[in-house]
Parts: sequence; structure tokens; C-alpha cells
Amino acid sequence: MKRRDFLQQSGLTVAGTMLIPNFLKAFEINQLATPVATGKTLVIVQLSGGNDGLNTVVPFRNDVYYRERPTLAIPGEKVLKLNDEIGFNPALESLKKLYDDGLVTVVNNVGYPNPDRSHFRSMDIWQTASRSDQYLSTGWLGRYLDASCSGSGCLPHQAIEVDDTLSLAMKGDQVNGLAMLDPKKLYNQTQNSFVHGLAKLDADHAAESDNLHYLYKTLAETNSSAAYVYNKAGKVNRTQGTYPATELGNRLKTVSELIQSGVATSVYYISISGFDTHINQPGQQERLLRQYADAVKAFMGDMKAADREKDVLLMTFSEFGRRVKQNASNGTDHGTANNIFLVGGNLRPGSVFNEAPNLIDLDEGDLKYTVDFRTIYASLLRNWLKADDVAILGQKFDTLNFV
Amino acid sequence: MDKRSQQQQVQHLYWRAGFGATPAVIQKTNKASIRQLVKKLVKDSADFVPLTGAEQPDRRKELRGLVKDGMLDRNELKQQIRRQNEQIRDLNVQWLERMALGEGVVREKLAFFWHNHFACRVRNPAAVQQYVNTIRQHTLGKFGDLLMAVSKEPAMLQFLNNQQNRKNAPNENFAREVMELFTLGRGNYTEHDIKEAARAFTGWGFNAETEFLFRPRQHDDGKKTIFGKTGNFTGEDVIQLLLTRKETAHFIATKLYRFLVDDQPATDSVTTKRLTALTEQFYASGYDIADLIQTILTADWFYDSRYVGNRVKSPVELLVGMQHALTITFPQKQPLVFVQKTLGQVLFYPPNVAGWPSGRNWIDSSSLLFRMKLPDVILKADAVTVRPKEDGDVNTQVLDRKGNGFANVTADWTTFDKPFADVPDAELPDTLAQYLLQQPLGKAQRQLVLQRLKPGETRSEQIKNLTIALMALPEYQLC
Repeated sequence: MKRRDFLQQSGLTVAGTMLIPNFLKAFEINQLATPVATGKTLVIVQLSGGNDGLNTVVPFRNDVYYRERPTLAIPGEKVLKLNDEIGFNPALESLKKLYDDGLVTVVNNVGYPNPDRSHFRSMDIWQTASRSDQYLSTGWLGRYLDASCSGSGCLPHQAIEVDDTLSLAMKGDQVNGLAMLDPKKLYNQTQNSFVHGLAKLDADHAAESDNLHYLYKTLAETNSSAAYVYNKAGKVNRTQGTYPATELGNRLKTVSELIQSGVATSVYYISISGFDTHINQPGQQERLLRQYADAVKAFMGDMKAADREKDVLLMTFSEFGRRVKQNASNGTDHGTANNIFLVGGNLRPGSVFNEAPNLIDLDEGDLKYTVDFRTIYASLLRNWLKADDVAILGQKFDTLNFV
Repeated sequence: MDKRSQQQQVQHLYWRAGFGATPAVIQKTNKASIRQLVKKLVKDSADFVPLTGAEQPDRRKELRGLVKDGMLDRNELKQQIRRQNEQIRDLNVQWLERMALGEGVVREKLAFFWHNHFACRVRNPAAVQQYVNTIRQHTLGKFGDLLMAVSKEPAMLQFLNNQQNRKNAPNENFAREVMELFTLGRGNYTEHDIKEAARAFTGWGFNAETEFLFRPRQHDDGKKTIFGKTGNFTGEDVIQLLLTRKETAHFIATKLYRFLVDDQPATDSVTTKRLTALTEQFYASGYDIADLIQTILTADWFYDSRYVGNRVKSPVELLVGMQHALTITFPQKQPLVFVQKTLGQVLFYPPNVAGWPSGRNWIDSSSLLFRMKLPDVILKADAVTVRPKEDGDVNTQVLDRKGNGFANVTADWTTFDKPFADVPDAELPDTLAQYLLQQPLGKAQRQLVLQRLKPGETRSEQIKNLTIALMALPEYQLC
């Protein structure tokens, strides 16, 4: 169906009231002119389960750390030192190399007021950027999509989650991101004749029924986005980089291929889990941290080879840190403030952004936050993605000067 | 007022008051008046049969078993947590199957509503079972009784930290959510009201046997001022005070309206008047839930075509609806949980105390594609190609497993086919569509559905393939 017919049949020609025309317009521009995305790319890596920040960025000069964690603490001589006070877990060797190359910024003590220690609620808060007593049904990146929508068109693939299902972070009011484990898989799903046939239909009943229209619109956008991404990036492997054969390695490889193919995507979202280490923490956490560091190093190396290092910023967070004191099962229980990592070629070169955690001034055994995570979001939105952070976050936060 | 056909109206009633109806039931009830049907539906929901099977973990025995030589036995702890999660999963499936049974559906459908309203998530299976039974028991009674009973449920007290609400160190979480989410709604109370109400709820807790417990020594029996009234209020007094406020009636009536009629109510004067009338009735009846929903379900406007087939089914409604329509049997429990998890709504695991988001929020690229594939997965054991995300909690991994149970799922096609015995082949697609969809079947959609037929198929194969195709349409996502 030609676009003009589509618009006439679907009764969507009223300017500015519907989303599909804008979406198709943008889609066509991308198809016809295929401009290489020149903007910046934000990659979010979520460590689900509450990664133990104190054993990730280790306060190796702090007696309290060693006293509270008699068997879990990492000996000072093993720590990969960043400065006089803190250093990386030895499993983060690859990340330390990136740090030495000036590509990593560590922000300590990130959290929010009245922290919630349940996984699902705290994850909710990080993903929606809500206050801890507020419940939002849209995510901060979904609202970024909403905000980028007006005027220039809505592109679900403007934000891609490399996964089978879409996180709340990526759900907007008007637009959702696109969940896609790999371009070919999604494309194949939409190419079965039944789904494809339906996706080509406009919502005949749009005038009668809002929700039916919404369903067909979602299907049409999914279909178009899947085809667009597949045609640009899904047919061949476009990267020379070698990645570790881990879940995160594979997913970051997909991100690299998409970036290098020039798809119009500014946000990628990936989550890996397994960080809920109530028992036997060391082996489990080291394995995961090593996987993380190796995959990120491969990714950044790949970006450098492709001359895209300066266009990419990767942020890593977890829904909370763990308690300062280890538990009786050689693990740690749910805590509060945590460190986050920023990795990219455009940062203040290799740095620790702020003071190390204070292990004496605790809130019922947990770290107190000094940096609200929403100030980091605000900085990423405003300074990196050039978006309206106030509209997206619903209030003005100070921005930090790490980018 | 524009209305859909009589059949669609009956189906509308069954979808909103329950989880749809089988073609056989629709044919049987097609001649009855709406008023008679509503009465019958509510009457059929009179009996309350509790969910069973969850065990009360014995805390002391539990600890003795776990600690050996002064050390926590990790394997035993893991096993214990696993057993608890499996029991909650079993309760989940037990409730789901009761919903799908088609008996007492108004009770189950409304209990599903209240589960979302009084959203709560805890690990103790006995507490979960008691909580859900309390909701199911009071679901059609007086809202005040329901509110009081749920507020005293150990699951809720635990979830909202009232166990930590003590005279010398009040925890306001419970008092805040009771006002914001359970009764008045935001903006109808002050921070001062919350602080004072929290004091009134001090001492409300529970014991190791999962029984409500009032701990007088932790209760602050001093004077409190709430909503401008002063007294030595107890928790029970606060609940009563909340019920005297008409905002509570308005908040609940509106939320029920959103659930039963339209999740995005118009702000026009007609709708406003309608909601005011429902509020007044609810308040005057002493918060009689059955009365209120009968008024809604028998109202002329309830059958307005703008509402029929314009509500996005939640994952549980979608799943239970299919299960009910075709009398589907799942010999294993895991597939039922896997579908809930993949689509984002697992009973007893709401995302937070505000419950699940609704409506369009259920639909995105991946959830829509999975919904459209679901009939093939369940009814033809098609391969499952997606994996739900883990939620970070090491203890809930039991929910993520796919299980291999789809291969053994069966549907009662013989019973389903019967009502269509006399329908000529050529009319089969449209006739089936009328039963399965609350939206008209478009021409192009009809073509695509017909493509799923192969030459030479038996009639029962035809019905099966058409049904599966119709259930895969975007139209089937709506009710």
C-alpha cells in the first residue's frame, strides 16, 4: 500500500493529531536518505539483583570495611587501585584498562531519598525516575521518546532494548521503545504472513475505537521498525570486533552492529541478572563482574576501531547496593546507595567523580546517598542526548559535569 | 444511543463481569433480559470457596532446622525458599483455574480487581492464601468490611511495614497507602492526617501463626486529630473515619467504573454526573459493592458501543478468557505462570502497592507479538521463542522457567464445536468471530484468517484453525 493510500484509508490525515504520519515520515526519510546517525548514543546496562558496590569499588584503606566483612572483604593488595582510597575488584581487570585509558568515570554514593530495599520497587524507582513515594507507569527513557516525538516523528527503534521483553524504563505515554534480541529474530516474527498481513492494515475502525487503533498502530510500527533495522543491520555481521561468548557480550555485540550500521537509535538498554548475592557472594559476583568488564572492554575497543568511541556513553547501574556488614551466609543483604559507572570516550578522562563512601555515618547499617540518580539522568538527557530533562523528569535537577 | 447486537451485549456483560462466556452459554442466555442475567450472575457468585494448600511455615522449627553447628544451612534455606515460592505459584494457578471455571465469576473477577486495588506481595504462602481468601470472601459485601479485613491481613501489614509501626517510632507507610491508594485518593488528606493516623495504627501487627495481633504496649493511645476530629482514635476508628468521607465512595466507585466500563473515563458532564450518581448510591447504601456493580451492569449506558470491545484485556484476563472459552486444561503449572510472567502480570506479584498499570500500558512491540502468538503456543504447542526477564530477586526464579508443559495442554474442542453444528461452512468464520470478538471482523482480517484453513480439513479442524486465528487478532486483545 502506498503511503498516501494508507493515510487516506486510515483517516489520519488531520495534521498533528495522530502519530502514524509522523512516524512514517521519519521512517521514509531514513529509508530514502539513510543518513548515518550523527548524534550521540546512550547505552544503559542494568545489573539486576542489587550488585554489591562495596566489593565492586573497594574502599581498601577503610578499617570499617574489613571489620564488617571479615570473610568477604577483598585484601588491599589484590585491589586494582584507582586512587589512595578505592580500587576495582580484581575481576574488573578489563574495566581497569579502560579506566587507565581515560574512558571510565566512577560515581560513588548514588541513590535517592527514603530508599526502598525491595528489588522490584527499587528497580521501578530507577526505571521510572519517580520519587520513592510516587508510582509512575512510564519510564524515563520512554518519556525521552515522548519528548523527542513532537515535530520530528516517532520512532520506536529510536530506543532499543536488546531483549525479548520491554522494560518499564522504555515505556512512554505516546511511544514505547522496541524490544529486540536480534534484528533477524524480530524481523522473522513479523514476516509470518498472518502478522505481516495484519501489520499492513490500518485500523479500519480507528474512528470507532481508540484502543483498536492503538493496537494496529503498535503492530504497524513494530513491523516497520523491525524491517528498517533488519534491512540496515540485520543481514550481515557488521563488526570485526571479537566479544566474549556471554549473554552481555552477545548483546553488546548486537548494539555495536546496530551503531555501526547507522540505525537511527539513540538509546540502547540491556539488563543482566544474578547479582542478588545473599549467599556465597564472592564466586558469583566475581564471575558476573568479569563478564561485565570483559564485554564492556570488547565493546569499547570495537567502538574505537569504528571511530565511534566519542559518540558512545555507557552507563551501568544496579537498583541498590548491599549492606555494609556481611551476613552469616558469606553474602550480603539488600542495601541502599551504590556506585555507577560511566564509560565512554567523551568523559572527563578516567576519574572518580566524588568522595568514597562514608562507612561510619550509616543509615541503619546502610550507606547514605550523596548523589541523586536523577541528577545523573538529567545530565545524560541534557548534556548528552540534548533532550529536555525537565520535561522528562518532571522537575529540575542539577546536572553534573561528567560529560 | 448506539448499541451493539443483543449477542454482543450479553458477551460484553460476561467479559466485564467475568472472563467471557462459552458459545454454549451465550446461546442459552441469548433470550434472557440483561436484568435477569445480571441477577443470575451475582446470585451464582454467592458461595465462597476458599483456596487451600499453603502451609504455615513454622518459624521456630524452621530456624532450628536451618541452623546447624551455629551456621545457617544454606542448602536447607534455599530449599525452604523454593518450597515457599512453589506454594505461592500453586495458589496462583489454583486461583487462575477457578477464574477459568466459569462458576461464581463475578466474585473471582471482582476479587481480581481488589487484588489490584489492595496490591500486596509477600513471601509467606500462608499469608498470601489468607490474604486472597479474605479478598475473595468480602468481594461482594460491604466495602467497609473488606477494607477492615484487608487492613488487618498480616500480608498487608507486613508489606506496608506496620509491623514496625510503634508508639515511640511510628512508621507512616501503612497509614499513607490506606489513604492514598485504598480510600481517599491523593489530595484528599493532609500530611498531618497521615501522621496522626499512623499513631492510631501503632500496635497493629501479626504473630508467627499469621494472625492479626493488637499489641497494646506498642499502641499510642493519646489524643489524635484526624480530618479535624479529635479523639483517642484506634486503627479501627480511622477506618470508620475514612468511610464517613464521601471522597472514599467517589474514589472506589470511579475505580470500579474504570475497571468495568472505561479505563479512560471522559471528563464531559454526562460522565461526571454518572460518576456522581454512582458515588451517592454507593455511599447511601453503606458501601454495598454488589449493589453498585449491579447498577453499573444493568445501566443502559454500560452497553453503549463506545465501551463494547474497547478495553485492553490484562494478561490474566486474556489467559483466563482463552482457558474458559475452550475449557483448556494445563496438566502442568509452570506454563500458566510463564505466560503471566512474559506478559507482565503474575498474580500475587504486583509491581508495587499501586498495582499494575492498565489499558494501553499492556501493549508494546514484544507483548503484542507474544499475545498474537499465544493461541498457537497454547493450542498447537508451537515453540516458545521468548524468555521473560528475571526480576533480580534470586528467590523468584521459579517464575521465569518456561517449563515444557505446552505440549500436554488440551482443549475441549468437542464441547466447543457443538453450538456450531448447524452453521453452514461459508458462515463459519463470521459466526465464530461474533462469539470470539467484541469488535467487527474487518474484510482484510477475514481474508487473513481464512488463509489459515487448508483444503480438505474436517469441520472440527476448520473450527480449530479459525478459532486459533481469530484469537491471534489484535481485536481479540480487547473486550
